[in-house]
Amino acid sequence: MSIITIERKVLQKNDEVARRNRALFFSHGTFAINLVSSPGSGKTSILERTLQQLKGELKVAVIEGDIQTDLDARRIASLGAPVVQIVTNGSCHLEAKLVEDALSNLDLAQVQLLIIENVGNLVCPANYDLGEAVKVVVASTTEGDDKPLKYPAMFRNATVLMINKIDLLPYVDCNLEQLRKNALSINPGLTIFETSCVTKEGLEGWCAWLRSKMIFVGRS
Amino acid sequence: MHELALAQNIVETIHRAVPPETRKNVRVVRLQVGAMAGVVPDSLEFSFNALVAKTPLSRVRMEIESIPFVVECEACGRISGNDVGISRCLECGSGKTRIRSGTELQVVNLELEDFQEEAV
Repeated sequence: MSIITIERKVLQKNDEVARRNRALFFSHGTFAINLVSSPGSGKTSILERTLQQLKGELKVAVIEGDIQTDLDARRIASLGAPVVQIVTNGSCHLEAKLVEDALSNLDLAQVQLLIIENVGNLVCPANYDLGEAVKVVVASTTEGDDKPLKYPAMFRNATVLMINKIDLLPYVDCNLEQLRKNALSINPGLTIFETSCVTKEGLEGWCAWLRSKMIFVGRS
Repeated sequence: MHELALAQNIVETIHRAVPPETRKNVRVVRLQVGAMAGVVPDSLEFSFNALVAKTPLSRVRMEIESIPFVVECEACGRISGNDVGISRCLECGSGKTRIRSGTELQVVNLELEDFQEEAV
């Protein structure tokens, strides 16, 4: 028997493309966000509210990842933001190469903030670096307070947690403090926002955080 | 279920490392998979076996070394492991911890049966 040493990450190829994407974002001063969550937690609604809130202030573009349909891209396009739809045709996550291909349809020189909405899935997207500056994970109150414990990889890799649908707290079995505690036990460094896309509560704090990142990109 | 995509990456890794004429001699692919890598080892093995069936790599067995999740506390220095992915120090409660292991997902090496000239 002979041994061939490999010592190579399984996703090294993806990571190399992600590095290229990251370098491209950096050279254009684009702050890129990888927005992840389970299906139905409100990613697209958060996007819509964010675009409305930042309109005329920041140049925002969106990459929409979905398994099927361009319904989300149409929602975003109706708000006047540049949007590229990636249809994964069954694949449960976005990969760096899909994002790289999508970027050829965007003029990054005109984009300060790029939001990549991943496929709704709390498992698979955790493994795939897309070249983003930060992962933002959304957990809605209707999902209960134990999501961070059930899907630790996703919450560990995220920089920001958005607890969405807080307007529904009186009606659902979700302890907000417990949800925060669970998330911080997995990832003590998480920045947490509590939001509602219906009442718009908490969205200003989130947008202020985004603005602060623009300053960072501009200076770097 | 992204294990199929991961298995495809592993097949490509073997293809990069081993020339076509030698691939039928590969017997083992060794992996390290962290407890918190977000990968189900059984699914990965199943996907890999499905991909290599009826190819020169069909006799390759996947061996997975599971790496425990271990964090080191920068406040109290305690090194501790848990199987649920909690990064906060369970001793002093500090959030200033460093993950020492448990997120790996890599191909370590391949084992090949020594090449023998086949009788013609």
